[in-house]
Amino acid sequence: MTFMSVLEIKDLHVSVETDQGTKQILRGVNLSINEGEIHAIMGPNGSGKSTLAYTIAGHPKYHVESGSILLDGAEVLKMTVDARARAGLFLAMQYPVEIPGVTVTNFLRTAKTAIEGEAPPIRTWIKDVRQAMTDLRMDKAFAERNVNEGFSGGEKKRNEILQLELLKPKFAVLDETDSGLDVDALKIVSEGVNRAKTNTGLGLLLITHYTRILRYIHPDFVHVFVNGRIAEQGGPELADRLEDEGYDRFLVPSNVG
Amino acid sequence: MSAASALSKSASKTVPAPSTPAAGSSALSPGQHGITEHSDGRFGYVPVQTRSDRFKSVNVADFEAVSGREAVWKLSPVAKFTDLTAGELNGSRYEVESTPSADISVAWVPRTDARIGTAGLPEERAAANAWSVFDEALAITVSGEEAKEITVTRSVLGNSARGAHTIIEAKPFSQATVILQNTGEARLSENVEIILGESANLTVVSLQEWDDSAVHLANHFASVGRDARLKHVVVSLGGSIVRVNPSVRLAGPGSDTLLLGLYFADAGQHLEQQVYVFHDAPKSRSRVNYKGALQGQDARTVWIGDVLIGNKAAGTDSYEQNRNLVLSEGTRADSIPNLEIETGDIVGAGHASATGRFDDEQLFYLQARGITEEEARRLVVRGFLTEVVQQIGSPELEARLQVAIEAELIGTDDK
Ligand SMILES: Nc1ncnc2c1ncn2[C@@H]1O[C@H](COP(=O)(O)OP(=O)(O)O)[C@@H](O)[C@H]1O
Ligand SMILES: [Mg+2]
Repeated sequence: MTFMSVLEIKDLHVSVETDQGTKQILRGVNLSINEGEIHAIMGPNGSGKSTLAYTIAGHPKYHVESGSILLDGAEVLKMTVDARARAGLFLAMQYPVEIPGVTVTNFLRTAKTAIEGEAPPIRTWIKDVRQAMTDLRMDKAFAERNVNEGFSGGEKKRNEILQLELLKPKFAVLDETDSGLDVDALKIVSEGVNRAKTNTGLGLLLITHYTRILRYIHPDFVHVFVNGRIAEQGGPELADRLEDEGYDRFLVPSNVG
Repeated sequence: MSAASALSKSASKTVPAPSTPAAGSSALSPGQHGITEHSDGRFGYVPVQTRSDRFKSVNVADFEAVSGREAVWKLSPVAKFTDLTAGELNGSRYEVESTPSADISVAWVPRTDARIGTAGLPEERAAANAWSVFDEALAITVSGEEAKEITVTRSVLGNSARGAHTIIEAKPFSQATVILQNTGEARLSENVEIILGESANLTVVSLQEWDDSAVHLANHFASVGRDARLKHVVVSLGGSIVRVNPSVRLAGPGSDTLLLGLYFADAGQHLEQQVYVFHDAPKSRSRVNYKGALQGQDARTVWIGDVLIGNKAAGTDSYEQNRNLVLSEGTRADSIPNLEIETGDIVGAGHASATGRFDDEQLFYLQARGITEEEARRLVVRGFLTEVVQQIGSPELEARLQVAIEAELIGTDDK
């Protein structure tokens, strides 16, 4: 391979408007992901992990104060939400949204068409969808249900990974895809993520609060996220250490004594 | 106090109609139906009232002036159409166009036509006002057992206040789809009687694609004979105020009805439908499914769904639902299902009502999958309304409605 895709996040500062005024959440995030790499971002609740994920995807609530996000050198922050997806970014959401009136089938076909710029060939597409659903142990009936409507937490997460497998992005951010899953569902979902990586060689930003998903999806790099920035980074061994110690040592106030 | 909540006597409990109302042989003339128990201004209380006990009269003078507090009017902008409830209406013939169809006749018939008054009677003042003035009724009479379709179009009613009366009769064992298409200007109050003979299979589609200024108040009264099947569809897209209220009496054993509705209210539009199904015979079946979308400041919709399972209706199966999709701020959708059951022996009876929003989070989710904002809205609305469109059963009309719905979405429907 001659060309290597890369997603670079540079000194990213992000705030959000609240009833109490502007709240600073991200305070200088730096991160670079090459295609084919798996980066785990671990951190306590409220540290800003979802904010990072939403900012990459372009959620209008999050205001970028400074910094940049580059996809193969192109400024992602200047793109609309849908343009980012078409450029190859994907966000598996922590809380996937219910879409009344739109069936999974219809949604998938519309999304695929939007991303490819043309409708997928009907036969292979139907086959691909069926196969992906079977792999994720999703009942066929899901295809005709409205997107996420009445889905259980686990079903919603599978539906996110179904999209990941079918839309074939260059980079995917998975925001706590593991939370709320029992161990069987966790394995199924992890297999799906690993399959997507094998098939397309995408780069992954795996956001998680717990280490247990890392038993099934093996990260190349682990970043500890605290108070809106990366506090420490390392290899998979850092996850083991977090498993034993928790986040406590990152949370003690720095001005002791 | 409204006429609609007047004291009732058992004599007025149901509309007198022959058990097989198709032939019109035993029909009664309108004058015989005037309910006489009512007298103005003497009601001290509102009785708990069975839906079939509402006061009915063909005579406008039997109804008090509309205040807007009446059960039938309380969600309607009554001040905007006093000409239809209190004014003098033009009841003369108007221009209609109809597509040729074998075994369906379209003709003007005199007020004395035996079918008039056999399917139902006015329960409010605008309907009675129209009933009081029409010179002739437009009669669409279906015979022949083959399936066929006819479109009857009104497009030049103009903007002076009118009253009109239509009869749609499906003879025993006949089969047809009758599309009533409405475009152009209108200030119209009308009654439409739909009479299904034994084993008839009739689809009636009332399509409101009026100009932006139009006001249309319609009451449809249907009587469904033994083993007959009525599919009734109300599609309201265009008009300032459109209120189409279908009442269906399942009069014969084994009678069946599917009532569908589809509406899309944009800024300032008031679209209303008060649906009433009266199970008045054993083994009758009804399904009601109304779906609406609202988009724009002061887009307003009203759906009231009354189902009455009478004491003669053993073995009844009924289900009604209304769903609304709110696409923007500043809209209001009322959705009120009512179910009354007078017999213990039913197969099923249920209702559902829900109003959901298409909000920014949904938009974000769809866009995050590469779908543009415009496409996202289209996807959601089309998906939502398609369920109803697909049940109409007329491929040409279904295709045309899909286009009309998309035009609503992007606002190109404005004339
Ligand atoms: N839309 C929002 N409005 C107000 N506060 C928010 C919003 N999104 C996030 N926050 C706040 O920002 C902080 C980080 O949130 P989040 O990014 O969801 O953290 P994490 O995903 O790590 O749990 C929290 O204190 C949260 O309450
Ligand atoms: Mg989070």
